[in-house]
Amino acid sequence: MKRYRPTLFVVFLLLMSAGCARKAGTASTLKPTAFGAALVESSGGKQIGPTGTVLAQPLVVQVNDEQGTAVPGALVEFSSPADVSFDPPSGLTDSSGQLSTNVALGAVARRYQLTAHTSTKAQKPVELKIEEIALGYQQQLGYQLDNKYCARCHNPESSAERVSNYDNLQVKPHPFTEGDTLNKMSDADLTAIISHGGPALNKSALMPPYGYTLSKAEIEALIAYIRLISDPPYNAAGTVYAQK
Amino acid sequence: MKDTLSSLWRTLFGHPVRTFGTVSLLLLISMAIAPAKNHFSEWRHYQKQYLKLIASRGEAVTLQRHFHEHDGIQQIWLPQLGVVDRCTTCHVGLKEASLADVSTQPFRRHPVIPHTLDQFGCVMCHRGQGPATTVEEAHSSTLAWEQPILPARYVQSSCGQCHRDPLTGTPQLNLGRNLLGRYGCVHCHTIKLPDGSAMKATDDPPSLSHIADKTTREWIYAWLKDPQAYAVTATMPNFKLSDPDARDISAFLIANSTPIAGDTVPATKDAKAPDPAAGASLYGESFCASCHAVQNAAGNVVGGDVGPELTRVGTKVKPEWLRAWLHNPRVYDPGTAMPHYRFTDPQLSLLTAFLGNKTDSDLLANVHLDAATPEQIAHGKLLITEYGCASCHQISGIKKPDNFAPELTRIGSKPLTQIIFLPGMTHAIPDYIAAKIRQPRSFGAALKMPQFTLAPAQIDALTTALLALTDKANDLPMALTVPAKPPSNYQPAGKAGQLMADLACFSCHTINGRGGDMAPDLTWEGSSVQRPWLQAFLKNPGTLRPALIRRMPKFNLSDDDAKELTDYIMTVYQTPAFDRDSMPASGYPSPEVEQGRQLFYSKYACQSCHIVDTKADKGYIGPTLTLVGSRLSAAWIYHWLKDPQTMRPGTIEPNRNMNDEDARALTAFLMTQKGSSKQEAKK
Repeated sequence: MKRYRPTLFVVFLLLMSAGCARKAGTASTLKPTAFGAALVESSGGKQIGPTGTVLAQPLVVQVNDEQGTAVPGALVEFSSPADVSFDPPSGLTDSSGQLSTNVALGAVARRYQLTAHTSTKAQKPVELKIEEIALGYQQQLGYQLDNKYCARCHNPESSAERVSNYDNLQVKPHPFTEGDTLNKMSDADLTAIISHGGPALNKSALMPPYGYTLSKAEIEALIAYIRLISDPPYNAAGTVYAQK
Repeated sequence: MKDTLSSLWRTLFGHPVRTFGTVSLLLLISMAIAPAKNHFSEWRHYQKQYLKLIASRGEAVTLQRHFHEHDGIQQIWLPQLGVVDRCTTCHVGLKEASLADVSTQPFRRHPVIPHTLDQFGCVMCHRGQGPATTVEEAHSSTLAWEQPILPARYVQSSCGQCHRDPLTGTPQLNLGRNLLGRYGCVHCHTIKLPDGSAMKATDDPPSLSHIADKTTREWIYAWLKDPQAYAVTATMPNFKLSDPDARDISAFLIANSTPIAGDTVPATKDAKAPDPAAGASLYGESFCASCHAVQNAAGNVVGGDVGPELTRVGTKVKPEWLRAWLHNPRVYDPGTAMPHYRFTDPQLSLLTAFLGNKTDSDLLANVHLDAATPEQIAHGKLLITEYGCASCHQISGIKKPDNFAPELTRIGSKPLTQIIFLPGMTHAIPDYIAAKIRQPRSFGAALKMPQFTLAPAQIDALTTALLALTDKANDLPMALTVPAKPPSNYQPAGKAGQLMADLACFSCHTINGRGGDMAPDLTWEGSSVQRPWLQAFLKNPGTLRPALIRRMPKFNLSDDDAKELTDYIMTVYQTPAFDRDSMPASGYPSPEVEQGRQLFYSKYACQSCHIVDTKADKGYIGPTLTLVGSRLSAAWIYHWLKDPQTMRPGTIEPNRNMNDEDARALTAFLMTQKGSSKQEAKK
């Protein structure tokens, strides 16, 4: 037994170092060939998608130098405080100075703050904050209802598949992201205006009532969705705590 | 060592009294283990934390009362579903609506879903070990665990265990099931549905028995090597064939092809080259883009996905075949989704030339094939059998193989012991399925499954759909499941039925549950429209919804054909709910019409979506109503206003809960909107 002890110890050390090397290896395989001074978002921010799923568009960030020219070969790493995953989690920018990653959202319906990191030649960290929104079951249902019933008037942006009616309306509807207005309305007010139309709150009759078309659960889902995507974010009145 | 042990033995058991004392002590200690284990258990720790969390909240008393109603280990037991869940022992606040702002696990409130915990428990949806009471055992992130927690990205698969019909709340699952059919997965992999039938593919791969009429061997070679190089949206997978293999398969397909009489038309000898601009406008007028996509200069694929992408179609098809196909596609493929347009000869020349110019010289630049030898042809046939090409494509002389690939009916519950994982892979079913779809040949270069071109979201969707195929999904009593609507095999009768097949109406319209969803459901069209309008529309479809890019094409129908179709639709497609002729088409008293106008513009504000007066109204969502008085029947308008969703399920026109009087007045007003005929009357 005693004779083998040093051998065992050496084997143990070897195993340990192998284990450590493997852990550290994933990050250190990428060696940046260049360094930038700034990180900018090219596309893929402010997307919405169901919880846990991969966002439809990849997140693309670009590394620029002081003059604002793209830097190829710079190391970019993505991180997030919660259960978001990136594929790939880090990489070197391509010939146009960009790095693209697929983002899988976490399991909770909320706004996710993502961060892209790179560093300057002097090892000074550079960060870029990006926000994505994850929809839970209820908000996802609301999103679909918005797409079907509301977006044609409430979303001013047109696509080839869906021409917006926003500009044709004499009284302009509020886009659902317009937090400044919608955050001030209570859930009860929103329910009233969706169910009974604009006149329920002395607003335009151009907004028709949907109370006989949508179920109570559907209207709740729509409101949950509107609350989640609003910009600035909506903060519910919340629980009032008893004084102790 | 030995000395120490024997002295210890003597100290403890050297004397009977000492032995008695030692044994008693050991017994005491061992008896204390069980209560101590209980006391220090994980779940107690979490429950204590929970009590600490709620103690400082405003509604603490209510929350504490809820907690103390069920102390200790919690259990949801649902024998019918095979559910024994103790998750709520640690996840204490799942049902507490007032904990919406709490983000620490395991105390978060469960997000709102259509089911309750008491009805379904937890593991039905989340998987994991229900009876376990430790974090590790319940969720188990350890390797090789049969039933770990299902990652959130696939959670919709659990809905699919009971719900076989598409749910609004499960877009990912619906997409995945759709893709299983659209990408033809079920051609090779059998998926049996609980009712005993097999899932059917929806991709309709073309027959290859007459392919030499349509295209060249060089194109087949290039296509086999990389289908997505020809069309980025192609669903045909890449078999990663070697150059000689692609050469031999193309040789066999050309040699095996038999001609069809009339599927090619010799090139016309008119010296004048057709005008490309006129070809482009005919392509637009015929609304080819409703079904076919083309990749534009920016790289975006624009157009529908019913038919194949046409970006490089000129490099693929022979002009003489294309002309015959445009003349009547049913000669080459009787079952095609393409309508039989009645193009005139000059139109055929225009379109053939226009599409023939959609070429890509790079595609075939490096393809140089020598004449095929008999050995190559024989080898090509062998390869076709080996790769199971006939599972999808009809190839004369080759039988469609049965069960070419493993059955996937229970893939979601496949035991992990039967799976060979790749090194470094998480040993879990979702990871295995996703990896198999993402890169099938990474599991072995000799595997036959080809490489599909799928976006990450599509891979997730397919994985979700496959994960729904569990033992539970197959073994649940039918009473506990929500079956899918059975597919309709509705077939209209007679000459009109033949016409409708020839015009491929079902590619876009649904009638009696069968057909596409691009265009309106026509099941009750006969009750809805007026005969003269319908007949004129079939001859020359006008624009009802100005903002739509997908529209009804003009088929150049003959008067007889238009009348035949009109007669059939007006007679057969009638709703039992009301009589079409129960309300008059005109002659409404003018006060009622005026009242209807008031209601239209003020109370119901219909102008937000519809146009009656083209100068003043701007609503671009619903159909334009300038002609509605000569288009729709009064009874239809009246019943539609009363309850649009009953008349056409899923329509976005809101139900206004309109009273009879208002509906009648609005109907009177709308029936006066007769557009051109009114203008004619003025003249």
